[in-house]
Amino acid sequence: MTLAFVEREGSDPTEETLEMLTLARELADGDGESLDVVAFAGGSRLSVDELGAYGVDEVYHVVHDRLDGYAPEAWGESVAQLASDVDPSAVVAPGTDRGHEVLAHVGATLDVPMAANCIGIDVVEDGAYELRRNRWGGSLIEHARLEAGTTLLTPAEHEFPIEKAESTTDPSESEFTPSLEDTQFRVQVERVERADEEGIPLGEARVVIGGGRGVGGPDAYDQLEELADLLGGTVGASRAAVNEGWRPHDDQIGQTGAKISPDIYIPCGISGAVQHMVGCKGAETILAINTDPEAAIIQKADYAVIGDLHEIVPELNDTIREA
Amino acid sequence: MNVLACIKRVPNTGAKIVLTDDEQRIDTTNLGFTMSPHEECAIEEAVQQTEAHGGSAHVLTLGPEEATEQLRTGLAMQADEATLLEAGDEEWGPRATASAIANGVRELGDDGAEFDLLLFGNESADAANYQVGTRVAAELDLPCVTGIKSLDVEDGTAIARREVSGGEEVYEIALPAVITVKEGINEPRYASMRAKMQARRQDVDRREPTADTGAGTYEKVRLEAPETAESEAEILGDGTDAVANVVDVLESEVEVI
Ligand SMILES: Cc1cc2nc3c(=O)[nH]c(=O)nc-3n(C[C@H](O)[C@H](O)[C@H](O)COP(=O)(O)OP(=O)(O)OC[C@H]3O[C@@H](n4cnc5c(N)ncnc54)[C@H](O)[C@@H]3O)c2cc1C
Ligand SMILES: Cc1cc2nc3c(=O)[nH]c(=O)nc-3n(C[C@H](O)[C@H](O)[C@H](O)COP(=O)(O)OP(=O)(O)OC[C@H]3O[C@@H](n4cnc5c(N)ncnc54)[C@H](O)[C@@H]3O)c2cc1C
Repeated sequence: MTLAFVEREGSDPTEETLEMLTLARELADGDGESLDVVAFAGGSRLSVDELGAYGVDEVYHVVHDRLDGYAPEAWGESVAQLASDVDPSAVVAPGTDRGHEVLAHVGATLDVPMAANCIGIDVVEDGAYELRRNRWGGSLIEHARLEAGTTLLTPAEHEFPIEKAESTTDPSESEFTPSLEDTQFRVQVERVERADEEGIPLGEARVVIGGGRGVGGPDAYDQLEELADLLGGTVGASRAAVNEGWRPHDDQIGQTGAKISPDIYIPCGISGAVQHMVGCKGAETILAINTDPEAAIIQKADYAVIGDLHEIVPELNDTIREA
Repeated sequence: MNVLACIKRVPNTGAKIVLTDDEQRIDTTNLGFTMSPHEECAIEEAVQQTEAHGGSAHVLTLGPEEATEQLRTGLAMQADEATLLEAGDEEWGPRATASAIANGVRELGDDGAEFDLLLFGNESADAANYQVGTRVAAELDLPCVTGIKSLDVEDGTAIARREVSGGEEVYEIALPAVITVKEGINEPRYASMRAKMQARRQDVDRREPTADTGAGTYEKVRLEAPETAESEAEILGDGTDAVANVVDVLESEVEVI
C-alpha cells in the first residue's frame, strides 16, 4: 500500500497535494496495491467526495484532542504511528515546506531514508525503488536506489500534473487516534498573523517583470513597476539585485526565492544563471531584455530584445499606454 | 547564549553544469566553491544573536579538508569558532551526515561548548533533501522548526516566524532548539579584507566524524545533466525598434494587453 499525506485547505486537498497524488497513484498501481491517504482533522476535516476521482481507496482522519493546529513533531509522530500500524511500502508527501517538514520527522522517527524532489520512480525487484530526483533545483538529475521497509518520498514542485485516475473509486473512511506525549507539542503554531498584502503575490501573478543587476539601481525599477501595472502583473528580482539592496528578498525569484508560473515572464537585465532559471521554469513564455546577445538568458528565453532596458522599457510603456 | 551554524561546501556552478566522466560528481576543475545562501544567513543569524545576547557563535561542517575555506568564510563573518568534521572520500547520505553532526555536537558539549541554538539551512544548495536539521534534532531530542524567515530570542524562548500563503505562522520554542532558516531572515555581512586576513590565521578545530547507520539504504547511482533544449530565442529586434514586435507578442500571443 502507498500512504499519502494530504494537506487540505478547508475540506479540499491543496493543489500540491493533487500533484503528489499523481505520483502516489503511479506507485500504488506499479505494485498493484491500494492508495490510502492520511489527513489531519481539527475544525473541519477532509472531504472524501473529490478523492474517489483520484483513485483513493481509504482515508484516515487523524483525530486527537490536542491536534487542532499545526504541530510538526506531533504530526510527524502521528503519521509514523499510522505507518507502523498499516505498514505501507511508501509514504509520500507534497513537495511543500509542510510536506517536507512532516516527512522529515517521520524519517527521523522510523529511522529510514527520505528522498525529496523526486521526478520519476520505478519499483524494481525486492520492493526497492529506482528514482530520479532534482539536484541544484533541477539543473542536475540524480539517479538513486532506495531500499527500506518504508520508503519516504516527496515529488518536485510542479513536476507531476494533476490527473484523475482512470477509474473512480469509492473511498472508505476511518479515524486514527495517535498516542502523543507533551514533548511532541514543544513546537506548534501559536498564532497565524495575516499579512496585509499589497498587489499580486509573485507566485500567483499572471505577468511577472524581473529586474536584475542590469537595472543598475533602485530608482530604475519605477519603469518596471509601470510596465507591471500596465499588464496587471508584479515585479520580481534576481538575487544580485536583492544583494545590492535594490529590492527586498520577498521579490527574489529562484532557487532560494519564489517560484513563479506566470503566462509571461519578462526578465530585464538578468543574465540567466541556473539558480535564477529554476524559479521561472513554470513560466509559459519568457521574453528577455538584455544588452548582451551572448547572455545565457537568450538561449533559455522564447523571445529576446537586444538592447538597453532603460530605453526599451519606457518606450514600451508609452506604446502600451497609447494603444 | 551559544549558537552553532551548520554549513555545507558546494561547487559554485555557472550557467551550465559539467559532470566528471564517471557521472558521479560535478567537474569542479574550473569552479570555485561556496555554500547555500540559506547557510550564509544561518551564520549571520548566529553572529547577530550572540552580538545581542552574549556568548559565542560557532560554525561547523562535515566535509573534506578543503571545506575549511567555507569555515573561514564564517570566521571572517565574525563567528568565533569553527569545527571541521573531517571526512574522507566516502559519500555521506543525509542520515549519516545528521548522525555525524549530532555526535560532533555531543563531543563539543563534553569539551565545554554547549549550544542553546543550532541553526541549519532549510535545504542544501545541491542535494536539497530538506532533512538534516530535523534528524539532528531528533538524535539530540531537541525541538525543531524549519523554514524560518524571522527569529527573536527573549528570555530563553525563540520566537520564530514562517511564511505561509497570506501571512506568517508564529512559533514560540523554549531553548535549546534546532531551527532551519531561509534566505531573507537577515542580510549577511560582507567580510572586510582585514577580517578575511584574520580568519586565515584562526585555528580550526578538527575532529574525526563518527556516524551510526540506520535501517534501509539510499545509494546515489549516477548524476545526469539534463539536455537543455538548444533553443535560441526568437530575436524581436534591437533596442527600441523591437517595441512594436514586443507589443504584438503581448497582444496576440500572450493576450495580456
Ligand atoms: C546556491 C545558490 C542559490 C542561488 N539562488 C538564487 C536565486 O534564488 N535567485 C537568483 O536570481 N539568483 C540566485 N543565485 C545567484 C545566481 O547564481 C546569479 O549570481 C544571479 O542570478 C545573477 O543575477 P543577475 O542576472 O541579475 O546579474 P548578472 O549575472 O550580473 O547579470 C546582469 C545582466 O544584465 C545585463 N545588462 C546589464 N546592463 C543592462 C542594461 N542596461 N539593459 C539590459 N541588460 C543589461 C547584462 O548583460 C547581464 O546579462 C544563487 C546562487 C547560488 C550559488
Ligand atoms: C567526503 C564527502 C563527500 C560527499 N559527496 C557528496 C556528493 O557527491 N554529492 C552531494 O550532494 N553531497 C555529498 N556530500 C555531502 C553529504 O552527502 C550531504 O551533506 C548529505 O547527504 C546531506 O544531504 P542534503 O545536502 O540533501 O541535506 P539537507 O537536508 O538538504 O541539508 C539541510 C541543511 O543541513 C546542513 N548540512 C547538510 N549537509 C551538511 C554537512 N555535510 N555539514 C554540515 N552541515 C550540513 C546545512 O545547514 C543544510 O542547509 C559529501 C560529503 C562528504 C563528507
